[in-house]
Amino acid sequence: MPSEYPLKRQSEFSWRIDPFGKMRVPGIVYADEQLIEAMDDKVFEQLCNVATLPGIVQAAYAMPDAHWGYGFPIGGVAAFDADQGGVVSAGGVGFDISCGVRALRTGLTVDEIESRRTALADALYRHVPVGVGSTGRIHLNEKGMNAMLLGGARWAVEQGYGEPADLEHIEERGCMQGADPGEISARARKRQQDEMGTLGSGNHYLEVQRVAEIYDPEIATAFGLRENDAVVFIHCGSRGLGHQIGTEFLKYMVLAASSHHIELPDRELACAPINSELGQAYLGAMRAAINCAFANRQIITHLTRQVFAEVLPQADLTLLFDVSHNTCKLETHTVEGRKRKLYVHRKGATRAFGPGHPDIPETLRAVGQPVLIGGSMGTESHILAGSSQGEELSFNSACHGAGRAMSRHQATKRWRGRSVVDELGARGIVIRSPSMRGVAEEAPGAYKDVRAVVDAAQSAGLARKVARVEPLVCIKG
Amino acid sequence: MGVRGVGDSLAEAFAQVALAMTAIITDPSMVRHTERVDIHCACPDRELLLVDWLNALVYEMACRNMLFSRFQIQIEDGSLSAAAWGEPVERKRHRPIVEVKGATYTALRVNQQKDGSWIAQCVVDV
Repeated sequence: MPSEYPLKRQSEFSWRIDPFGKMRVPGIVYADEQLIEAMDDKVFEQLCNVATLPGIVQAAYAMPDAHWGYGFPIGGVAAFDADQGGVVSAGGVGFDISCGVRALRTGLTVDEIESRRTALADALYRHVPVGVGSTGRIHLNEKGMNAMLLGGARWAVEQGYGEPADLEHIEERGCMQGADPGEISARARKRQQDEMGTLGSGNHYLEVQRVAEIYDPEIATAFGLRENDAVVFIHCGSRGLGHQIGTEFLKYMVLAASSHHIELPDRELACAPINSELGQAYLGAMRAAINCAFANRQIITHLTRQVFAEVLPQADLTLLFDVSHNTCKLETHTVEGRKRKLYVHRKGATRAFGPGHPDIPETLRAVGQPVLIGGSMGTESHILAGSSQGEELSFNSACHGAGRAMSRHQATKRWRGRSVVDELGARGIVIRSPSMRGVAEEAPGAYKDVRAVVDAAQSAGLARKVARVEPLVCIKG
Repeated sequence: MGVRGVGDSLAEAFAQVALAMTAIITDPSMVRHTERVDIHCACPDRELLLVDWLNALVYEMACRNMLFSRFQIQIEDGSLSAAAWGEPVERKRHRPIVEVKGATYTALRVNQQKDGSWIAQCVVDV
């Protein structure tokens, strides 16, 4: 084992670091041997740091796609008990609060869209605001902003963006309770006022994809997926509002840590007791940012439907599900036979409730929550379902994507944007992006193999593979 | 992505790290100095002041839809006053690559080196 950390193999797909130093609980990593060997030691260092935080319950977890993050590893999961002095961490949620993925069925097969593929790509690129400096068509005043922050996707549907049926297929039914717009600063509001319904940049994208392979026919049928169906994946988050909230509360929590008698092993782990004024303020602000992300993805869904209605009028875009990656949520979990209410941080990790969980839409409850694993630009993505062992293993959490294998800087040294576009074009994938260097930074080779990640997630028991999808059109931010 | 500025003074290192942040988004030599924005922030901790300074710039870039490429900074007793020159984003000319979401406390370091020069660095989230 090349790692300097004392990793013990618990099973073929799980590894444990027993508590040492100030760790209160063990660290547990779900991965196969190759993924573990490829993980930077920083992942283990960060996992051990998370394990020192007050009120942490059971273990600090890292998912198979874990990589070095800010404070928490990306792909990190940790649950805290408010009654045991547990904390909420702005660093444990991250800057892009509730960044997530939603998947839409189109009601079309690949053959039905093939002749209109380029026209579809061009129309999506024109109609969905994308890239640095893009602004949406919605400009919110104070009252509208507050309504959006409280209502999330429900607000968006009330404004005419989408259909009430969509709400059933979003976490929290599209409206995060406990949001407090009063905790959203003027600066966060200002950053968001022109950004509703924008995709953003970096690794955010909108893709039209084909269902290339079905792994579990029974669950795929429940999800309404068949081989060669065309589907849409939308990956984006809470935009400038979430970034500003993350920035502000990270600083407040760093400055207040000593007054809360919290020793931070890394300033980026900035946190506050859940039962403190600052902890409650952050929860209110973060929940409002979750609603912002829900509303944003809902508006982009509406814009996508408008494009399909124009280019492929026979399409019927229905929402399969919408998952969030960067959140802290109050959930009930059974720990050592006792039900406990815990604040579960998932940073670059997907909630993955198993079959029968009451928070899953009724139509999907028997098979488990859809878990949408976005690949990088131009690579395959995966659809999984939550497992019944997930609660015991990871507070019902799974991986969220492939995870970077090299830095943006390394990627631009290795690839040119135009050649990446041409190469993907030769494989039948149409790319539209405002920035060729941005394309190079997101080149498929800069990421880990997403298939290895989802295979490890399934083998570890975190989720079950349902389908593999491949991109046909990619609108990259 | 990491950004680092080195300068003969603390203020110059802060200006250079801001320029490095612009270079994540676009080629700074393409950004004209047509508009001036004044920025003030204060923090007794030099490292936290660096994060505040970069985050103030991120905010101005996002809200004004601008890019900056020249910075004149004064730092005294934990108080930073800066003039930042730049211009509104022109997507065709600047070809902006990625938004900066915020400056982080990761790899955060501000210190004077043995030769008297200053170094200021951190990781920014994109």
